Amino acid sequence: MQVEESKEFKPTIVAFCCNWCSYAGADLAGSSRISYPADVKIVRVPCSCRVNPLFILRAFERGADGVILCGCHPGDCHYSTGNYYARRRMTMLFSMLDYMGIERERTRVEWVSAAEGAKFAATMKDFIETVTKLGENRKLRDLRCKE
Amino acid sequence: MQRIIDKIQELFANDTVDRVLGWKTGEFSWERTPHVFTKEGGLDGFVYDDFCGANLSKYLIDESAKKDAGKVLVLLKPCDTYSYNQLIKEHRVKPENIYVLAIPCRGKVNVDAVKAAVGTTVLAVEETEGDDLKVKTFRGEKIVNRNDVLFEKCQVCQKTHQVYDEIIEAEPYERPKKDRFAEVEALEALSPEERYEFWRTQLSKCIRCNACRNVCPACNCRTCVFDNAKSGVATKANTDDFEENMFHIIRAFHVAGRCTDCGECSRVCPQNIPLHLLNRKYIKDMNTYYGEYQAGEDAETRGPLTNFTKEDVEPSIVYGKGGK
Repeated sequence: MQVEESKEFKPTIVAFCCNWCSYAGADLAGSSRISYPADVKIVRVPCSCRVNPLFILRAFERGADGVILCGCHPGDCHYSTGNYYARRRMTMLFSMLDYMGIERERTRVEWVSAAEGAKFAATMKDFIETVTKLGENRKLRDLRCKE
Repeated sequence: MQRIIDKIQELFANDTVDRVLGWKTGEFSWERTPHVFTKEGGLDGFVYDDFCGANLSKYLIDESAKKDAGKVLVLLKPCDTYSYNQLIKEHRVKPENIYVLAIPCRGKVNVDAVKAAVGTTVLAVEETEGDDLKVKTFRGEKIVNRNDVLFEKCQVCQKTHQVYDEIIEAEPYERPKKDRFAEVEALEALSPEERYEFWRTQLSKCIRCNACRNVCPACNCRTCVFDNAKSGVATKANTDDFEENMFHIIRAFHVAGRCTDCGECSRVCPQNIPLHLLNRKYIKDMNTYYGEYQAGEDAETRGPLTNFTKEDVEPSIVYGKGGK
């Protein structure tokens, strides 16, 4: 028996979500039955500033086609100031990735609160569309692992 | 050089310091190795000339922490004082055990550039009174102008001594006019594909000798993230382009906001990778987005990445940037 394999490109998206806002936002999207593509793999982190630039690079290495970081809106951080630091760090990291020739649309930061389930779903949909257009991530990945 | 030696002897004689962190002559006429000279051992082999490119400030982490020892005298060029200031800010050195003698510098000579300029094997390089260098090669003697063979960091240097106990005043000289961000801007203007190709060509030369990390005065963690045996990237050469990218992005990121642009990483790279272009990209971005900042100018203020304002730009600013 042969199984028809879909040739359509499905991107793998890693979303780092802060425990207090965005993860709860994703939860709300789920409990409100708002559907968004299943290609998003959510990693829960205590705060958006927990995300080390290495995490993002590592996600790309292990096959992510796009990485998105979601945190509380600036000013609403559970730890008061964490997302302000994250904002500066990510600006620097994304700018460097762009400088090294990696498509700048593969990375994104979005602020999603616990009440914004609909925004979470919309953001993910939009991000996946962007990454799907870009196609597979070949620049930041161990190509020898590919078939 | 005589003025420096006289000063050291004077400080030895009045017991201000009991050892000196300086440069020693090596096997080749241009070889200059950082060395600790003690009062008892004397100043045999001590040298300060156009080839003393090494930044001595990082050695102070260990040297100033020594117990039951007197003060250490350190010779710092203008650019080195920024690194030293940054180390004070991060509480990595004990300034009370250090005596800084600020020494003049008008740019250091890159021997690799001399070799390229004469196009043949170099046997010896000698300084002369003026700007000329006498280069002895297999095909006779050649003259090279020192200003044509300076390190990249010296070609853009506008630095002045920031911190010292005593200074040996320099004779004024003409500062270079090259803009230090010109190369970064040229790269930014390329298309992503061209940038990617540029960095692939450069970074694939990397042999992961870790020299850039080991020499960097800002890279001073006792245990480095890249020495973590579980990381899979410790003490081994890069096996794929991802590892090259990762190592160099993270190395530069870890010193972002603390890098004084002393240019040691590019100076020591055995493969001549222009590593300073990564550090300068971060410096340029931070200057653009968070206001002008020169690490090492003072020992009190917060660096850009350990600080924030509520009105900071959003990371999405990267999408709207120029370039093709």
